[in-house]
Amino acid sequence: MGDPVEIIQTPIRLEYNYTPGVARSRFLMGLAEGKILGERCARCHKVYVGGGSGACARDGIPMTDVVELPHVGTVTSFCVVNVPFAGATIEIPYTSAAILLDGADIPLNGLIQEIPADQVRMGLRVEAVWVPDEERGPTGDSIKHWRPTGEPDAPIDDVLKRMRADA
Amino acid sequence: MAGGNETEVLTALHVLEYPYKRSVGPVIGRFLTGLRDQKIEGIRASYGRVLVPPVEYDPQTAQELSEFVDVGPGGVVTTWTWLAEARSNNPLQKPFAWALIKLDGADTALLHAVDAGDEANMMTGMRVKPRWRAERTGHILDIECFEPEA
Repeated sequence: MGDPVEIIQTPIRLEYNYTPGVARSRFLMGLAEGKILGERCARCHKVYVGGGSGACARDGIPMTDVVELPHVGTVTSFCVVNVPFAGATIEIPYTSAAILLDGADIPLNGLIQEIPADQVRMGLRVEAVWVPDEERGPTGDSIKHWRPTGEPDAPIDDVLKRMRADA
Repeated sequence: MAGGNETEVLTALHVLEYPYKRSVGPVIGRFLTGLRDQKIEGIRASYGRVLVPPVEYDPQTAQELSEFVDVGPGGVVTTWTWLAEARSNNPLQKPFAWALIKLDGADTALLHAVDAGDEANMMTGMRVKPRWRAERTGHILDIECFEPEA
């Protein structure tokens, strides 16, 4: 007979064919080559990175001016993850952060490592740590994580101001 | 550097999956435990009606229910729809019918798959019987599907 049934598994699974579109495809293919590609709006001169729609969110015009960005930036906000969850691949606690690359006007998301989670702060200067060349592909995983550069912190108010729409 | 218009557009499979577990409670728990033993149980509700699958509370009077009743194993298809292309998470990996099946002794119908081979073999009012899995775990799919009675 066995024990009465008290718990059942009811997994939910959705399979999508995801198409990133032109801008994000370009960004991802840049990562495969070890480059971080953004694009500049010809009207407002803002530099977007991470591959959005390929159009300037403010001016609504296509952005065709491709910009190669440095692999160094500043943490503008972050979140320390202390709660384990199914499918997690990183040991907790870890820090997920928004990183404003030098020369960009919108931050990228990244994982901060090589520093204790409780020392991550706004203004921290970080650089990309890439996977070995042969493991790079058109995926965000090509950047393994970001680590402190050791430079003094950036003045955070100035950094945040750069991201303002009216800046 | 690549120009803006010559980018190859990528595509990738994206899977969103949540491995939920749920507690089933005493009534559905007993129903599922019964399935593991190849037994289908309903529950007696107000006006003598037998509800399958069983529920904890009477839908009309909200009274707590407790009188389990054996039903089936055979039953009658009350309505159905044909699925020409099965999806990966469907109980059968071939064309089949989703059907509401009123098991013998029940007053409500249970949703399950019917393996009829062809849509032409499906009919409202047809009699079906469960096809049990050899390995049962206490799950609705311990009944692999229903099939036409010979």
